[in-house]
Amino acid sequence: MTNDRRGFLKKSAAFTLGAVAAQALGSANLNELEHISESIQQLSAEAAIFTLPELPYAYEALEPIIDKQTMEIHHSRHHKAYVDNLNKALDGKNNTRSIEDILSTVSKEDKAVRNNGGGHYNHSLFWMLMKPNPENKTNPATGKIAEAINSSFGSFDEFKKQFSEAGMKRFGSGWAWLYAENKKLKIGSTPNQDNPLMDNAEIKGAPLLALDVWEHAYYLKHQNKRADYVNNWWALVNWDKVNEFYEKV
Amino acid sequence: MAFELPTLPYAHNALEPHIDTKTMEIHHGKHHQAYVTNLNNAIAGSDAEKLSIEDICKNISKYPAPVRNNGGGHFNHSLFWKVMAPNAGGNPTGDLAAAIDSAFGSLDTLKTQLNTAGTTRFGSGWAWLIVQNGKLAVCSTPNQDNPLMDIAEVKGTPILGIDVWEHAYYLHYQNRRPDYLAAFWNVVNWNQVAENLKNAK
Ligand SMILES: [Fe+2]
Ligand SMILES: [Fe+2]
Repeated sequence: MTNDRRGFLKKSAAFTLGAVAAQALGSANLNELEHISESIQQLSAEAAIFTLPELPYAYEALEPIIDKQTMEIHHSRHHKAYVDNLNKALDGKNNTRSIEDILSTVSKEDKAVRNNGGGHYNHSLFWMLMKPNPENKTNPATGKIAEAINSSFGSFDEFKKQFSEAGMKRFGSGWAWLYAENKKLKIGSTPNQDNPLMDNAEIKGAPLLALDVWEHAYYLKHQNKRADYVNNWWALVNWDKVNEFYEKV
Repeated sequence: MAFELPTLPYAHNALEPHIDTKTMEIHHGKHHQAYVTNLNNAIAGSDAEKLSIEDICKNISKYPAPVRNNGGGHFNHSLFWKVMAPNAGGNPTGDLAAAIDSAFGSLDTLKTQLNTAGTTRFGSGWAWLIVQNGKLAVCSTPNQDNPLMDIAEVKGTPILGIDVWEHAYYLHYQNRRPDYLAAFWNVVNWNQVAENLKNAK
């Protein structure tokens, strides 16, 4: 493809977006429309291919189990940095691939794509997999995943024990996972921001439940006591979401 | 003989405002203590009980993961406390200053290289100044590995180590690891680093 052709495609795509935006704003003014189209073009040239997802609840919504300050820094600083650095690492090389797709061949990419792509995917998942529980009620698994957990691990308590252990034993930074490998439920952990979708991960499968055990996930509230964080976290698990992921495998 | 937690060579609040009291208390009293306890448990009843921590590190590939993780944790933190001091920072002198100039051109270049080693170590780990074949070099290791270990990517004798686990700075600096690294230079104990250089040669 010639540069002209590429430039045209880019410009017309940006114009379409601009037109949509102008329509959404209720504006029919052509000058304004062109202006918007240009600024969108500039935006897409400079920055975000991937964007920071909004939290599905307020920063303080997971209190008293996860504190507001931790959520705020974790989402708006750590996750944001993974998104920004992922976009930087891809440097316009990605226009169409989903994050899942990129991770499935991540061994062919720069280390920065592995680290920040993993960071973006893992945190996006993590926020969805929690929901507020202000009264800190017991929160056992529900639905089909509850049955599958019982038949795979014997009991919910046994599952909790094994998953918690996976999080406790991950030395340094990383994640604990419940994942499906050939429709079989498994528990494991990964270092840093690796995950079971990556072609170079030690464990492979479809992630169903994820727990961040980087120190930044708990240090402000629990400091060195990772066990307290892990044990308290169970009250926040969004089992509806886990069931949704489970139904897809 | 079992390994023991070394006492801090200064008070917990001595490195304020660069490293806060609570961080020092937990880092030394909880994290380092846990490495010592877990190391002793991991080597209980084995020949390693008679060895120095340096000798264990040098043959770490012969030991299971808990010895690597906790033995490294014990060695690294023991060095870390000593290479910091209150009213420190400034510029190195004598042989150390000369060695830095000859290896890096200037102290600022060394600091920049160590800062980069620290910020680019993804996840948990350490940034190091080492002596390698008589010359100074900068490197980093993951988790509690160190350059003494036979499994390390870059090997040498560490004379300065900077902890970049989040626990080293999170209470005070949160996600801002570069700010912590910048502050570290206000408490670096060049006298100890000079002493370590002499012993390494
Ligand atoms: Fe995180
Ligand atoms: Fe540490």
